Amino acid sequence: MAEKYKVDKDLVRMEIVDFTFPEKEYRTSRHDTVLPYNWALGPTWTRFFDGLKEGKILGTRCKKCNKVLVPARTFCPICYEDMQEWIELPQEGSIETWCLVNYKYYGQVKEPPYIIAQIHLDKADCSLTHFIGGFNLSDPDKVRGKMKTVSRVKAVWSKEKHGDIYDIAHFKPV
Amino acid sequence: MAEQKEKPRKVAAMGMVPYEMALGPTWTRFFEGFKEKKILGTKCNKCGRVLVPARPFCSRCFEPMEEWVEVAQEGTIVTWSYVNYTYFGVTPDMIPLIGATIKLDGVDCGTGMWTQIGGFDIKDFELVTKKVKVGARVRAVWRRKRQGNFRDIDYWKIIE
Amino acid sequence: MGRAVAVIGTGQTKHGRRDDLSYPDLVREAVKKVFEDAGITPRDVDGVVYGSMPSMMEGVAYNHFYFADALRVVGKPLLRTETCGSTGQSVAHTAIHWVASGMADVILAIASEKENEGDAQATMMTILEPFLQVVIGGAPIAFSLQSREWMGYYHIDDAKAREAASIVSVDSHDGGLANPLAHIRVKLSKEDITNAPIITYPVRFYDVCPISDGACAVIFASEEKAKKICKKPAWVKGIGFRGEEYFIGDSSKAVWQSTIEASKEAYKEAGITNPLKELDVAEVYNPFSYQELMFLECLGLCPPGEAPDYVIKGTFSPGGELPCDPSGGVLCTNPIGAAGLIRVAEAALQVTGKAGEHQVEGAKLALSHAMGGAMQFNGVTILGSEL
Repeated sequence: MAEKYKVDKDLVRMEIVDFTFPEKEYRTSRHDTVLPYNWALGPTWTRFFDGLKEGKILGTRCKKCNKVLVPARTFCPICYEDMQEWIELPQEGSIETWCLVNYKYYGQVKEPPYIIAQIHLDKADCSLTHFIGGFNLSDPDKVRGKMKTVSRVKAVWSKEKHGDIYDIAHFKPV
Repeated sequence: MAEQKEKPRKVAAMGMVPYEMALGPTWTRFFEGFKEKKILGTKCNKCGRVLVPARPFCSRCFEPMEEWVEVAQEGTIVTWSYVNYTYFGVTPDMIPLIGATIKLDGVDCGTGMWTQIGGFDIKDFELVTKKVKVGARVRAVWRRKRQGNFRDIDYWKIIE
Repeated sequence: MGRAVAVIGTGQTKHGRRDDLSYPDLVREAVKKVFEDAGITPRDVDGVVYGSMPSMMEGVAYNHFYFADALRVVGKPLLRTETCGSTGQSVAHTAIHWVASGMADVILAIASEKENEGDAQATMMTILEPFLQVVIGGAPIAFSLQSREWMGYYHIDDAKAREAASIVSVDSHDGGLANPLAHIRVKLSKEDITNAPIITYPVRFYDVCPISDGACAVIFASEEKAKKICKKPAWVKGIGFRGEEYFIGDSSKAVWQSTIEASKEAYKEAGITNPLKELDVAEVYNPFSYQELMFLECLGLCPPGEAPDYVIKGTFSPGGELPCDPSGGVLCTNPIGAAGLIRVAEAALQVTGKAGEHQVEGAKLALSHAMGGAMQFNGVTILGSEL
């Protein structure tokens, strides 16, 4: 990370090195925010990501309402009960909605174009946010045509897994 | 199914967001003044207070503050503190430093936090406590090369 | 102030370094406890108020969205308020206004911080604009400057201020030892404090609050509901909140008007004319022991410039005329956003006799307080055992 920003020790200021603003005709002060974080995953999400590393998509079931939620949850958002029953979910599901992202911005997690979608995995009671891919996305009109025919998708795993959400590379049409 | 194999993990991440803030006419002029070794304030035509840094409007009367005043470069220490610890973005070579609020002569507020005391070996803490006192007189020492920012005043020198 | 309002339940997490839980799980720990304590269900709640430090602190912009499930706010109105250190008081006041206005009967107020997920001081530097009020040092320098200004203004001798600040720190840490939920639980001597390394002079290591993870939840209810639901509510007797200019040099921080005016308003509402005499316990916001001295004066608990004398003679120590921060205060527990609401919760525990080992015997009237912003805001809430 060190190469992505530099510290101006004199002005006590951070500067992100791979980003420039367009020239302005009035006087401005560049002041980038660079902050380190160390997020605690807690037991539930640690186990969920361990599962991804092993090529498994894990959810948890609420013992009260019986709903299966993915990503796995510590507690049911409706019943507020602990969700301690772990379920391995099928890696296929249907698309609830999708959006083609075809513009760039700073800090984007993926090079556009890409499709972000809500995917309802079989046996789950909610949908999961992830990418749709595995075919040519360069022409928006063709993408629209193709997506009209797609209803079912299947997880494609990344070659290298790090125990994070990108261990699933994307979902591809079945 | 993946069993819980280890203690809950933490994930390291870096939040990075670029910003470019407009200084606006008042603060642009204030920093232009720095380039010419001038400390500029503005005066409220209602309550008569002169404030530094210059303000577009009076914080109490809400009146525009359009009368520009060049103020004295000498003043009195209202308060000071000695910073001797690091955190993300602050490395050991950036400390210690002495932050101070200074009431400039003829100005109706303190400088706030951008002013630093210097001009002697501030690593010598005994010396610091001898020289730096609330009520001590100080004078601005400008940098030779000025770029129109708060560091154009290198430090405030104690007038013995 | 509109309708009468009462605290009918409180819930706090175990405060400290909570790497064992994700942030929503931590928030849930407090929320579960508050519902157990109040003996009601989320169905009985009309709305939720949440606050923390700037969400940048933990890297999730708008963390109240992230916590929607943990806050039990699904299907209910949600308000967010944040005023830096005084966030907890602002959250309480928002809930109190909501109930007092008659627009709601039962409001859940929650505040939290998981400081160990980010870098507290680096985040603190983002609170100010970066070109006019820049200085290295984060919160400790701001409040050290304030303490030094106060000492200079009243010509308080360094050694005397040091002595009084050490007593504040010793007393607070003794409180922390008696509070099972406190983050820092150590026995300290005055020597431990005066020999500790300087952080920002005159402030030394044990004069400074820790970096804590924690959450606090409080349920506020109207008179009618409180009497129906709760055997022993803590009644809101008065509240006050004041803000100041942005530029730190624009007003005196030694004679801190926002503290003075906020407390005056709260006392007036509560019918208190002699706070030192009438109050039984005070949860004063004390992230820095020197700062507590200035607060004792600005809250009207002793004459201006005389806080060190009063502290040295034991007025605010355990068993003194007005014990301060029996919970250990912010010096022992500082999940920043939550710290101001913890003060309210602790005041409620005191006046309902539920504070356990750190209970001040027979406390009937308690003050809670927090300050925030870039030395800009002060909030006070007074709770009592009688309506």
